[in-house]
Amino acid sequence: MIIELLATPLGHTVAALVAILAFLGLNGLVMVYMERKVCGFIQLRPGPFEVGPRGLLQPVADALKLVGKQLVTPLGADALLFWLAPFISFAPVAICFLPIPFGPIATGMEMNLGLLLILAFSGLNALSLVLAGWGSNNKYGLLGAARAVAQSVAYEVPLLLSVLAIAFQAGSLNLSTIVEGQKGILSWNLFVQPLAFVIYFISATAETNRAPFDLPEAESELTAGFHTEYSGMGFGIFFLAEYSYMIVVCAVATALFLGGYDGPFAPGIWWFLAKVFFLVLILMFFRWTFPRVRFDQLLNICWKWLIPLGLANLVATALVMKLVK
Amino acid sequence: MPHDAMSKLVGDYYTTHFTPDPTSEGDTLILNLGPQHPSTHGVLRVVVEMDGEYIRRSEPVLGYIHRMHEKMGEVKTYLQYLPNMGRVDYLHALAWNWAYVGAVEKLMGIKVPPRAEYIRTITCELNRISSHLLWWGAYILDLGGITPIFYAFADRERIMDILQRVTGARLTYCYYRFGGVSADIDDDFIKETREFLQHFKTRLPIYHGLVTGNVILRGRCEDIGVLPVEMCRRYGATGPVLRGSGVAYDTRRFEPYSVYDQLEFDVPVGKNGDAMDRYDVRMAEMVQSVRIIEQALDALPAGPHVSPDLPERFIPEKGEVYFAVEGARGKIGVYILSDGTAKPYRLKLRSPSFSNLHVFAELAQGTLLADAISIMGSLDLVIPEIDR
Repeated sequence: MIIELLATPLGHTVAALVAILAFLGLNGLVMVYMERKVCGFIQLRPGPFEVGPRGLLQPVADALKLVGKQLVTPLGADALLFWLAPFISFAPVAICFLPIPFGPIATGMEMNLGLLLILAFSGLNALSLVLAGWGSNNKYGLLGAARAVAQSVAYEVPLLLSVLAIAFQAGSLNLSTIVEGQKGILSWNLFVQPLAFVIYFISATAETNRAPFDLPEAESELTAGFHTEYSGMGFGIFFLAEYSYMIVVCAVATALFLGGYDGPFAPGIWWFLAKVFFLVLILMFFRWTFPRVRFDQLLNICWKWLIPLGLANLVATALVMKLVK
Repeated sequence: MPHDAMSKLVGDYYTTHFTPDPTSEGDTLILNLGPQHPSTHGVLRVVVEMDGEYIRRSEPVLGYIHRMHEKMGEVKTYLQYLPNMGRVDYLHALAWNWAYVGAVEKLMGIKVPPRAEYIRTITCELNRISSHLLWWGAYILDLGGITPIFYAFADRERIMDILQRVTGARLTYCYYRFGGVSADIDDDFIKETREFLQHFKTRLPIYHGLVTGNVILRGRCEDIGVLPVEMCRRYGATGPVLRGSGVAYDTRRFEPYSVYDQLEFDVPVGKNGDAMDRYDVRMAEMVQSVRIIEQALDALPAGPHVSPDLPERFIPEKGEVYFAVEGARGKIGVYILSDGTAKPYRLKLRSPSFSNLHVFAELAQGTLLADAISIMGSLDLVIPEIDR
C-alpha cells in the first residue's frame, strides 16, 4: 500500500519533501557544529568541546536554547509581516531541494525546468529579508532590508548568466541531464567553464548573505541588520534558512560544475554530499578570513565585472555551441 | 506611530533637538549609533542624520561613562589618586600612570633613579604594543573580519602575562610610584620579554601577509576618512591620527622625557592621512616599540628601582605643573595646580581620544555608514578616556 502510494508522482514528491525537511533539520545541526569547529580551527581555539563527546551535542544545546527563548514582537512592528518573514525565508528552501539530483535515482522530483525552479524560489529569500527589515519597525532593520534589495538586484543577474552558459552547453534545464553530461573528471564543467564557476560561486556567496557579502546583517554596522529584532526561533529559522541556502547553492554548483554524483568506487550520493560539503567548507573559509566589502563595492564587483564577464562567457559559449553543432 | 506606548517615549535632548533640517532636500533618517553599538567599543553614542546610506551630519554624544576622575583628583591625596590612572585608559594604563607620576615628580623635584626610568620605558612600550594589538584586532572586527582579533589576543595575552609578573595586574596597572616603580624586574622578566620580542617579530610579517595586503581591507581603508593636517590642528588631534596625516609629532621625540632621548627610534608617518595611513603608522609603531624595548633591555643599569630619599608625605609647594607623555592614542597630559596642601587644588587630564574623537563628526560627513564605521575604528577611541 505504502509502496504503491510512493510510486505515484504525488506520493513520491510528498515523501521527498518529508525527507528534505528531515535532512534540513539534521543539516542545521551538522552545519552549526561544522561552522563552530572550522572557525575555531581558523582562530586558534578548540571550538566546542564540552557538551557531549567532542562537543557534538553543542548544536543541540544551541537549538534548545533558541526554542526556549521568548518570542518578542517589538513595539510598533507589523506583527503579520514580522512573523511571516522567517517562514518566507525558510519555506522556499525545501522546494529548492526537490529537483536536485543527490544520486542517480535520488532526485525528489524530476522536472525539465528544475534549474529555473531553484533560481525562482531562492530569489524569494530577498523578499523575506525585506519583510523582516520593514516589519520589525527598526531603523537598522530597514537599512538591512534596503541593502538586501540592492544586493539581490546586483548578484541575481551574474548568477543567472553563469548558470545560463551551462544550460546552453547542456541544452537542458534539467539538473539530472546536466549531471549526466559530465562523465569523468575532465568533462566536469569546472574545467570546461572555469569562468562561469568563478562568477557563480561569487554570486552564490552573495546570495547566501555570507561574509564577505553579509551586508544585510553586517553586525559591526547594523548590529544585526534585518534580524535585529528577532528573538528565539524567529532568529533560529533565519539561521536555519541561511544554512539551508548554503547547501542549495553548493548542491547546484556541484550538479552544474563538479559533475554531481560522478565519482568512482562509492555510490553517487556520497560523492555528491562530499562535493557539497567541500564547497560549504570553502564558504566557511571565506567567512572567517575576509573582511566585509562595502555595499557599493559589491555593486561595483557585480555590475562592472561579473555581468560583463558573464555576458562575454555566455556569448562565447553560444558561439562555440553553434560552431560545434 | 501605531501604538499608544510609542507616543509616550520622549527621548532625551538629542531626540528632540537633533531633528532633520526642514530646509534640506529629501527624507532623512535619524539614527542612534550607540550607546550600545558593536562598533563604538564602549558606551559612546553618535547621532547621525542619514540620507539613505549616506551620512549628512553626525554628532558624538558623550558622558555615558563619566566617572569624575578630575574631581576625584581634588578630593584625594596625591598618592591615593594614583590607582585612578589605570582606569582612565584601560588599554594603555601605564602611560597614564607615567603622566601623573611624572607630573608630581616634576612638581616636587623628585629624582628618579636610572634603573626605574628604564623599567618604565620597557613596561610602557610593552603596554603600547598590547594596546596597538587590541586596536588592530578590533579595527578588522569593525570591518567585518572576525579572525584577526583572536591572533592579536594570543600575543596580547603574553604581554599581559609578562606585565602581571611585576605589576600584579593584567589590565588596570598601578605600577609606577613617585620616584620609581613599585617592584624591581628580575631576570625571568627580562628573559620572558626577550622571548616575546623574538616571537613577536615573527608574528608581524604574518599579520601583514594575512590582513594588510588583503584587497578588501585596502578597499575599505584607502582614501577613506582623509584627514588634512589643518583639521588635525583645529581639533588638537595627536598620536597616530596626527602622524597618519604626515606630521612627525611624537612627544617622546619633541618633548623628550625619561630616557627616550638616549634611545634610537623612528617616528613613522603616513602620507595622505586616510584610514590606511593610520593603520600603517600603528603597525610601524609596534616595530619601533620593539626596537625601544630591546635597546632599553640592553642598557638596563643596576641600582635601586625607587628613589631612596623620598619625603615621608607627598605635600608639594604651591605651584603648577604640566607633564605630557606619548600614549598609544596620542599626547597624554596632566596639569596639576597645587595650593601647598596634601591634595591638588585642580587636576586636569588632557586625553588624546577626546580630541581625536571630534575629528569624526567632520570626517564622517557625506560618507557611507560603512565608511564612517571604518573611520571611527581608525581613530582608535577608548571611551572611558574620552569621558574621564
